[in-house]
Amino acid sequence: MARQPDQTGIRIGMWLFLYTEIILFGGLFVLYAVYFYDYSSDFAKGGKELNRIIGSLNTIILLVSSCTVAASITAIRQEAKKLCLLLLATSFLCGIVFLINKYFEWGHKFAHGIYPNSPTLTSGPHGQNIFFGLYYVITGLHGLHVIIGLTLLTLSFVRVYQDKITAQRFSLLENSGLYWHLVDLIWIFVFPLFYLIL
Amino acid sequence: MVTTPSFYETPSPPGTVGIKSWLLTHDHKRLGLMYLWAILFWFVIGLTIGLLLRIELMTMGRTIMSAAVYNSAFTLHGVIMIFLFVIPVIPAIFGNFFLPIQLGTDDVFFPRLNLLSWYLYMFGGVLAIVSLFTAGGFPDTGWTFYVPFSIGTKHNVPLTVFAAFILGMSSMLTGLNFITTIHRKRSPAMGWLQIPLFTWSLYATAWVQLLATPVISITLLLVIMERLFNIGLFDPDKGGDPILYQHLFWMYSHPAVYVMILPGMGVISEIIPTFSRKAIFGYRAIVFSSMAIAVAGSLVWAHHMFVSGMSDTAVFVFSLLTFLVAIPSAIKVFSWVATLYKASIEMTPPLLYALIFIYLFSVGGLTGLVLGSAGTNIHVHDTHFVVAHFHFTMFGGTGFAFFAALHYWWPKMFGVMYNFRRAYIAATLTTVGFMFHYVPMFILGLKGMPRRSYDYLPQFARGNQLATVGGVLLFSGIILMLINLMLSLRNKRTAASANPWGGCTLEWTIPSPPPLHNFITEPKIKEYPYDFSDILANPPKN
Repeated sequence: MARQPDQTGIRIGMWLFLYTEIILFGGLFVLYAVYFYDYSSDFAKGGKELNRIIGSLNTIILLVSSCTVAASITAIRQEAKKLCLLLLATSFLCGIVFLINKYFEWGHKFAHGIYPNSPTLTSGPHGQNIFFGLYYVITGLHGLHVIIGLTLLTLSFVRVYQDKITAQRFSLLENSGLYWHLVDLIWIFVFPLFYLIL
Repeated sequence: MVTTPSFYETPSPPGTVGIKSWLLTHDHKRLGLMYLWAILFWFVIGLTIGLLLRIELMTMGRTIMSAAVYNSAFTLHGVIMIFLFVIPVIPAIFGNFFLPIQLGTDDVFFPRLNLLSWYLYMFGGVLAIVSLFTAGGFPDTGWTFYVPFSIGTKHNVPLTVFAAFILGMSSMLTGLNFITTIHRKRSPAMGWLQIPLFTWSLYATAWVQLLATPVISITLLLVIMERLFNIGLFDPDKGGDPILYQHLFWMYSHPAVYVMILPGMGVISEIIPTFSRKAIFGYRAIVFSSMAIAVAGSLVWAHHMFVSGMSDTAVFVFSLLTFLVAIPSAIKVFSWVATLYKASIEMTPPLLYALIFIYLFSVGGLTGLVLGSAGTNIHVHDTHFVVAHFHFTMFGGTGFAFFAALHYWWPKMFGVMYNFRRAYIAATLTTVGFMFHYVPMFILGLKGMPRRSYDYLPQFARGNQLATVGGVLLFSGIILMLINLMLSLRNKRTAASANPWGGCTLEWTIPSPPPLHNFITEPKIKEYPYDFSDILANPPKN
């Protein structure tokens, strides 16, 4: 392919793509809004059953990883390759820790018989079933995005290591960073909606 | 004109040969052609299934297929025609081919992403075929996949829904590509109000694609998750609300009808001025009405659900908004007609198709108002009236705009001219067939014949027979049209000149077929895109 010197255009394309991702989650937030209106007390009860400590921890982890991604872009622009790699690796590790936490959280709920179509949920109050149904769908889809984001970070890491991403040409890193921020941003909305609900 | 090798002779990326020069191409023109063949394939399949459905309905009771096959067949017809034909047809074929040329540039902004979109389209199509033969056969839900039936039926819903999800992704990426191209790759001399109307309509379409498609993506994913895990988000037994599914579905699928029709309107806005040899009436009004349709069209989805048990307030609001969309559509129709007024009209096959478009689309639009007003809607809801209405807009509208575009840009894409006489005969046959096919359906619907039903009462027999006769005529007309176009590529070719029609947008300033990077010299951007003074001074000879 011919050179693509137009960084702004690449960025526009990426922002448009991120926008479609937000709408994708937007559909789920619409469902959340309607069902929250229908079953607000069940939702509040459901929220108390989630582990706020792990939830807060995960929020902090994602915020830190977002920060290190942003820093890695600044690092590559200042031609500090080693620092950039280190920061990317930190973000990657944070993402992995997030997923591990999520795994234990889900596992814990499964052990208590709370999973889609489980007897506990289907025989319990309707609002509870919907709350946990949405919980699994939204955090599951978010988890999938974390995995995609981690793949992009790995790809960027390799390209920085190979000197394919440089101070002059860092669109891939920047766009991976933007994607990672999106993953973070969506979590910032998911967290209060499920964990901090009153 | 100096002969430069056309894009057929110069592969991009350079060095690729044979089939690879197509399958790995980054050239927007080659991709446009690859879409053309794939979409034509699906169109003929969808058309044939439609004809079989019509033959089944010719007589009461069983004619050629069982009720179960009928249910899958109308779903298949819908899925193919909506997701594989009408949505991609004009943007993917003509948008890819002509958008960069009309903007005076050499390619779209993300050429590799463009190739990926094509592969996603093909992959979606393959998945649709696979779902025909696996796990219970093709769904019998109708293309809307309404819950709870789509979750309960034994047919292969998940795979088909996944195919639609993939196709949605393809259409979204094309939209993303077009928006970025229009913003960043436009010739520096071209201001926003110097962009040709076809490209403008694609711009509006692309926004709707980006705005709305993710909603269907998530809705379809939810259907898959419900099938796999039985969460119950739409199941009243588990606290879910099936009406919410309908809201989410139409939040995409109503804006999607504007994804289908807007590019068609763009095509007509190119053809009418060209053969009127006259600047289009109300250039700005057409531009703004495109954007207005894109905005207003996104706010009317619940008019599909007047009988689903919404609140009366919601019915009132959505009915009102639906009427508002009629305004920008009417602005376009009046502008086209006003362009024709006192023009020196030159009759050609593309113009004939465009004129038929205006007529059929107007009928479709006006009957849309019958459906959009809450009172009459209840009477004709889910009857053949609806079927006739949306075929008038989607087939009479987008379908005929596609035929018009084929005849208008065929000489540019392939550098050959087709036989006019056969084209006129095909157009007439198709239109006559079309009227006999769909007008009886309006009457059947008003009398109360429900849609999607396998059998009917004796009083509907005559209308159905008439519709089937029309269907056969329609089918043969379209096949004749396609044969005529195919014949132009074989036998003795009649070469087309660079500007056979006397068009004045940029694609007519370059050779037919265009060279690899479209423009040999820097394109000259006109002050106003529909300035015919040069054409009138040197009329085209063909």
